[in-house]
Amino acid sequence: MIIATNVTKSFGKLKALDDVSVTCNKGECIALVGPNGSGKTTLVKTILGMVVQDSGFITFNGNNILHHWKYRDQIGYMPQTGRYPDNMTIGHVIDMMKDIRGKEAILDEELFASFDLQSLLNKRMRTLSGGTRQKVSATLAFLFSPAVLILDEPTAGLDPVASEILKEKIRKEKKKGKLVLITSHILSELDDLVTQVIYMQDGKMLFHKNIDELRSETGEEKLNRAIAHFMTKN
Amino acid sequence: METTVSMRTIFMIWLFLSGSLLAHAKILHVGIHQQFITIQAALSSASNGDTIWVEAGNYHEKNLLINKSIYLKGFGYPVLDGEKKYEVISVKANGVTIDGFKVIHSGVSSIEDYGGIKLYDCSGVTVQNNILEDNFFGVYVLHGNHCTIRNNRVSAYSVEEQQSGNGIHCWKSDSLSIIGNTISGHRDGIYFEFVTNSIIWRNNSFKNLRYGLHFMFSQNNTYVSNIFNNNGAGVAVMYSHGVKMFNNYFIENWGDAAYGLLLKEISDSYIGGNHFEKNTTGIYMEGASRINMEKNLFKDNGWGLKIQASCMDITLSKSDFIGNTFDVGTNGSLVLNNFNGNYWDKYEGYDLNRDAIGDIPYRPVSLYSMIVEKNPPAMMLFRSFITSLMDKTEKIIPSITPENLKDEHPMMKRQLN
Amino acid sequence: MKKIIKYVMTDILRNRIVLIYTVFLFITSLSMFSLEDNVNKGLLSLLNIILIIVPLVSIIFSTIYVYNSAEFIELLVSQPLRRKSIWLSLFTGLASSLALAFLVGTGIPVLIYQANNIGFMMIAMGILLSIIFVAIAMLAAVKMRDKAKGIGAAILLWLYFTLLFDGLVLFLLFQFADYPLEKPMVGVTALNPVDLGRILILLQMDVSAMMGYTGAVFKDFFGTYTGVMVSFVAMFMWILFPLWSSTRKFNRKDL
Repeated sequence: MIIATNVTKSFGKLKALDDVSVTCNKGECIALVGPNGSGKTTLVKTILGMVVQDSGFITFNGNNILHHWKYRDQIGYMPQTGRYPDNMTIGHVIDMMKDIRGKEAILDEELFASFDLQSLLNKRMRTLSGGTRQKVSATLAFLFSPAVLILDEPTAGLDPVASEILKEKIRKEKKKGKLVLITSHILSELDDLVTQVIYMQDGKMLFHKNIDELRSETGEEKLNRAIAHFMTKN
Repeated sequence: METTVSMRTIFMIWLFLSGSLLAHAKILHVGIHQQFITIQAALSSASNGDTIWVEAGNYHEKNLLINKSIYLKGFGYPVLDGEKKYEVISVKANGVTIDGFKVIHSGVSSIEDYGGIKLYDCSGVTVQNNILEDNFFGVYVLHGNHCTIRNNRVSAYSVEEQQSGNGIHCWKSDSLSIIGNTISGHRDGIYFEFVTNSIIWRNNSFKNLRYGLHFMFSQNNTYVSNIFNNNGAGVAVMYSHGVKMFNNYFIENWGDAAYGLLLKEISDSYIGGNHFEKNTTGIYMEGASRINMEKNLFKDNGWGLKIQASCMDITLSKSDFIGNTFDVGTNGSLVLNNFNGNYWDKYEGYDLNRDAIGDIPYRPVSLYSMIVEKNPPAMMLFRSFITSLMDKTEKIIPSITPENLKDEHPMMKRQLN
Repeated sequence: MKKIIKYVMTDILRNRIVLIYTVFLFITSLSMFSLEDNVNKGLLSLLNIILIIVPLVSIIFSTIYVYNSAEFIELLVSQPLRRKSIWLSLFTGLASSLALAFLVGTGIPVLIYQANNIGFMMIAMGILLSIIFVAIAMLAAVKMRDKAKGIGAAILLWLYFTLLFDGLVLFLLFQFADYPLEKPMVGVTALNPVDLGRILILLQMDVSAMMGYTGAVFKDFFGTYTGVMVSFVAMFMWILFPLWSSTRKFNRKDL
């Protein structure tokens, strides 16, 4: 579904992405892991077209994303830190997104209900806590029932209850055969979700493996241990 | 009608009284139903001192030559038509009075200066209460002496300077009185050359192609309470001395080369109580010397005053400068001139001792006006932020504007109204 | 595109600065006409507002607005929207609200006191300068990642167009004083929208008589139908070029 080929991106001297090639298919739940500053978010943003790569190209369903901006209506994106116009209320933001996405999409308001955003509808974005913002981001990402979900550190800043709700939702969507791409540096929370793991370091993609493959190779059941094992082996 | 009748009665009484003094003076009547049908015919039978009364009507007299000292009086503005071929009235006798005619369509020639009414070498002639329309020259005085041109309405409709003469044109004359005339549409409204000891009073000269008033080599004349507005190039006076100008209005002479008053080579003159309003340049002086200017109002002009460095001994005092873009412009340092006790609306000084005189001197020449004098294309920066900023800086730290060109005693309040 | 313009507009209108700017323009314009004893003086003070204040407010406000909308822009870019339309919507929103502020704040008093060619030219120039400086501001904002740098650049640009450019012109005039520069200066004017606006307004005010030969040359050009058309085209180029350049830049910008 999403194929990145030899994508390179530098910010000044820093190579954020160094010749990254990756293929993501329907029904997969891919964990994008790696230490801070390894290029995870940059990769995600490149896929979204928010960062334009220096070389290489990315296709979405066979179309180069540089020229086909429309593909984004099939993506639900939850940013690492949701930043919204200060003056708008939650209600405004949601209405605006509905307005922009158009009316064809089937609305999935499950998270909206389970996060109880209704009661916060008139709060301005600047008054919200980081956690609440994350709730808004998550709600927006799932709202339009997109085929692809890109979640950048989804549980960071969420309280355990909200975190569980979100994970449950991800699981549910995965079952529907959607492509889910999750970045996280806290590996433990991805254990029961992911089917594939991409490991990045210093802008380079070190490996892209099926989780079962990884487990059998390393003999470790827990994801973080498996990766740690892999790292020490290298 | 009634007024005409009563006027006529008074006139007859006057004639009767004077008639008793000049026993042989008679009145000749001209009109369709009168003794004479043409003025020319009446003139032939008249002798010096006679009066010719002309009834209203159209008279085609070709060139009417008056060579006797008669009183020619029109009632109801009888029309004398020059048919664009002739000089309408030529006066070649002393003591003639032409009163109450409508003189139109004089000939136009590039060789001869045809006039609506032209006086040749005569004295004591009076031209009054006439309407002169569409003539080459309106009233032309050639070698006149003690002549009076009074209450005439002189107008023409020419569009080209070459095709047009002057409204009131005087050449080599002395002791004239030009009073209360209205002149428009000519080349120059009033034109003097070699005219001396004359008075020009309460005339209104407007919308003339070139100058409202124009004189050269005319000494010791006095100009009082005239209005010169909207003339192509304003008023130009040159090569004369002893000029006195009081209470005249120089208004709306706006154009590339228009001046309220252009003084060139004028000396020993007095200019007081005049109004200069909305002219490109209020007064432009070149080679002028010993001129006393006071109590003049300079309002809303582009330049209030432009003094070239060739001027000296100019005294400017008790005048008001209001709303001019540039108060004073100059191309030199103007050391020998004296500015004192004027009101400048751009003055930003203070008056601590409350004597109505500003405590610090005012420099009427702005830096930008100096720059423009030196480099005229800099005018393209007119009204830009940088020029006003430069002027402000220059006011605080003067460096380029002439050091001694300043009003030591600027007034705090307006002095004139 | 319409939707985004709608959100940008409501956001700007919710921002009180534009409202304050409108009221400020309205009060100063009204007072200039009613306090000055003659209308021409009022017009000249107004000229300064159009040539100095309008560009300043437009450029600073727009720059800050673009930086403050970083989140908003980021949010929009992740949505199925063309980047070009996001950027152009932002421009349209900013330009139309600032132009509207000018039209209400200054346009109404001008129409009350000076509904003639001078007034219309002033309104036209005010609106054009508002839009031009929005375009320039957006170019500055998209080029500089850092907000402080961007605002600094905006102020410098304003200073350049209102002051430094004319200083340079003056310098050149004196350097080449021996050459007839009147005609080339007509062309030079087109390099600065503020100068162009100033001269177009001044010529309507019939001060060309005061400007001597330069004025005559300028009037010969700007006084004709073609001249006015050419200057308006030049003004539009001052909108289009920065806008085109910033759109290109924004298309490749990383958020």
